[in-house]
Amino acid sequence: MERTEAELIAAVLKGDAASFEPLVQKYSPRVFATCRRYARRESEVEDIAQEVWLKAFSKLPGFRGEAPFEHWLMRMTVRTCYDFLRGHQRNRESSFSELSEPESDWLDRFVTQPETLTDHADAAKLLIGRVMDKLSPPARLVITLLEIEDRSVKEIAELTGWSVPLVKVRAFRARGEMRKILAKMAREKYL
Amino acid sequence: MNLVELQKILLAAGRTNVPGDQVPYAFEKRITALLASRVAAENMNLWVRGLWRAAVSCLAITLLLGAWAAFNPTTAVTTADDLSQNLENTLLASVDQSDQVQ
Repeated sequence: MERTEAELIAAVLKGDAASFEPLVQKYSPRVFATCRRYARRESEVEDIAQEVWLKAFSKLPGFRGEAPFEHWLMRMTVRTCYDFLRGHQRNRESSFSELSEPESDWLDRFVTQPETLTDHADAAKLLIGRVMDKLSPPARLVITLLEIEDRSVKEIAELTGWSVPLVKVRAFRARGEMRKILAKMAREKYL
Repeated sequence: MNLVELQKILLAAGRTNVPGDQVPYAFEKRITALLASRVAAENMNLWVRGLWRAAVSCLAITLLLGAWAAFNPTTAVTTADDLSQNLENTLLASVDQSDQVQ
């Protein structure tokens, strides 16, 4: 008979570490999908996911069961991803002169024929990835959660542990930061 | 260049870019193995920590008793009360007896 989540958690807390495995199996896809938003290389994604599960195991005694386990785990995942971003800020130093040909073409089309842009969505995806890599960790986190994942300010506050006003302030700053990066990209390409 | 428009289009492109949720093969087994080794290491750490504390406590007690023995004037050793002498006599009693017999 399959054990419920609460039973598995209780077993882990009693010292049966093997009961943690079904939880890892069930929620890893969501953890990996979240980690892939913040890390590009697969080795980094795996490292973050592993860190999330090790943290989850060590902090499990603090899980009170008031919210679903999944919510608790996702909070931990987002915070671990944020720690990863803060630890890898050096990636933001590169310049836009290394734009690939499709990315460069896409920008040219944006300037000259914006109506044809839908045909080149892949280049836009590459470009937004590049822009996101250049954002500061809080800006990247808030843009990802607010603009890309379309979450509410309240949800973001719960996930990150920031207050609602702080999320709003950081979202405002993040949009400005993103515009500055786009302006820099345009300058480097056209001047 | 209209940066606001560019930002809007790029964010829309980002929204359509849903990351994959594939998990590496046997990832959960790897985590379970890591946890098992961690639990063993934690148990070992508990012992090590406990033993270190015990060692430090023993050293502190030894130092305190040593200081007390050295500096306390009321414990001036007389021959009759000399614990070390008594202990030596007791331990070597059999040797002394055999010497006397010869």
